[in-house]
Amino acid sequence: MRVYLLRRLLQSVLVLLGVSFVVFGILFLTGDPALVLLPPDASAEDVAKFRQTMGFNDPFLVQYGRFLFGALRGDFGQSVRHGEPAFDLVMERMPATFELSGAALALALCLAIPAGIVSAVRRNTVLDYVSTVVALLGQSMPTFWLGIMLILLFSVQLNLLPSSGRGDWQNLLLPAITLGLFTTARITRLTRSGMLEVLSQDYIRTARAKGVANPPVVWKHALKNAAIPIVTIVGIELGTLLGGSVITETIFAWPGVGRLSVQAIYNRDYPVVQAAVFTLSATFVLVNLVVDVLYTYLDPRIRLR
Amino acid sequence: MSRHPSGRALERPGARESKWRALERPGARELNDWITFLGRLARRRTALFGLVVVALVIVTSVAAPLLTPFDPIEQDITQRLKAPGARDAAGRLHPLGTDHLGRDLLARVIYGAQPALLVGFAAVVISGLLGMLAGLTGGYFGGWIDDVLMRLADIQLAFPFILLAIAVIGVLGASLQTIIIVIGVSSWVVYARVVRAAVFSLREREFVQAAQALGSRDGRVVLRHILPNAFTPWLVVATLDMARVIVIESALSFLGLGVQPPTPTWGGMLADGRVYISTAWWLATFPGLAILVTVLGINLFGDGLRDTLDPRLKV
Repeated sequence: MRVYLLRRLLQSVLVLLGVSFVVFGILFLTGDPALVLLPPDASAEDVAKFRQTMGFNDPFLVQYGRFLFGALRGDFGQSVRHGEPAFDLVMERMPATFELSGAALALALCLAIPAGIVSAVRRNTVLDYVSTVVALLGQSMPTFWLGIMLILLFSVQLNLLPSSGRGDWQNLLLPAITLGLFTTARITRLTRSGMLEVLSQDYIRTARAKGVANPPVVWKHALKNAAIPIVTIVGIELGTLLGGSVITETIFAWPGVGRLSVQAIYNRDYPVVQAAVFTLSATFVLVNLVVDVLYTYLDPRIRLR
Repeated sequence: MSRHPSGRALERPGARESKWRALERPGARELNDWITFLGRLARRRTALFGLVVVALVIVTSVAAPLLTPFDPIEQDITQRLKAPGARDAAGRLHPLGTDHLGRDLLARVIYGAQPALLVGFAAVVISGLLGMLAGLTGGYFGGWIDDVLMRLADIQLAFPFILLAIAVIGVLGASLQTIIIVIGVSSWVVYARVVRAAVFSLREREFVQAAQALGSRDGRVVLRHILPNAFTPWLVVATLDMARVIVIESALSFLGLGVQPPTPTWGGMLADGRVYISTAWWLATFPGLAILVTVLGINLFGDGLRDTLDPRLKV
């Protein structure tokens, strides 16, 4: 067990190193980071001076080392636009992104697990078809279109809910539905197929043969085993949600990290972009580490691998 | 090098080719397999429906100039923001209305299929080939090569995809090629994983071990014996991934980092539509429907393909 945890931890550290390398490398894609960071009309003198002060004349690996040690201390440099440390800007907006992703995930789980179970238990009934069709539509609908349509319906036509900003639950509702729909669809389908697989197994038949009533068989015996893949996908879905927040936050003017990074890219404010990409990726890696550790308690077979 | 040096004893010059060719499948049987497969696929009505939808979208995009009299980038400022069904001065119908520059929305939706399908197809080819290569190499050789490839996959998956894509495109500048390459290069992981899993189980099968024992080189074993059998899961992933890529292409265009105006893109049209949402509902509605229908068609077809080829595949 301890060996497994240690190996898993080491893996995460390696992944984070890789992530930091890519995040650092983004600036070097065109060959010259000074030209990426400076406005296009900067004079040759300015460029040369900027290179000197930023240390762009040093060997690549020296620069990477400096970036890495900075990143470990949460130092990604100053925001070009806001004049504040880039990392502080990201951390200020992190709670908003967590609130939105968390709400979307909660919504997805509350809708998807019951829908998937009902779909599997009442297989090939109207309920199953409706849930399957809705899940399929949900998986095929682009997030940004759904968001715009919800604004059109609930904000413009019906005037029921606000179309932008962060505040109370009314502000949260539309963005959370928008962000959560894809995840809802995916978890519904996963729950359905997982339940169908488990329900056909011998131990379920045994339970039924013993005379256990239908509800406990479904909710206790079957769900426990069908839940294992759902727990894994929750970790992975969090990545989808953090990434998807970029679009959703832009549509609903939600003051989170996603919107911050899109604006930073428009403003060529790369220290902020680097801080945002690194922080979101690191969050995803940490969540998956926690999920994997929890997982070993749920499914002891994993530890033996 | 062969993994089974003892197999060398069997090698007799000349004899090998003629003797063992009989073991390979004759072409006629492969054709039969294909016909059986197509028959089974056609019986799944949802898959067939998906295929028809996708085919229609492709035909529409290719035959775009024949389907609408309007030029998708021709502006007519006197005709701006006309509702669906309006006619212009010459009496020509705008079935879906016009946008804020007086351009015919139907023409733009039809032409918008071109960049979507192009990016979808090209990016899937790139990521599919990269993933196939990584999956075959990692799965066949195992060991440290596999470890390195899987850690690279973990690193790739750690990034929020859209954010990484827009950061890279922001630096490189948005163009058709950049978008295809960025999406293509960063989407290889799913392919690598399914191919690798298939190779893992194929590696232990008798026909692969027989080929190794007969002294076939690694390259030949992989290409002749493993690749054809690992192709099925790859194809299913490629189909379903095309749907994802089309959504990503639209998302990038929506954020202004896709194929640049005046080329009509579904995402770009949605971005315009969002600005005029309180006055012109049709601007944002129809391009989104086009994405939905295309992606739904691909998903239905992909699901059917998976269920027909390999129902146990979890993708």
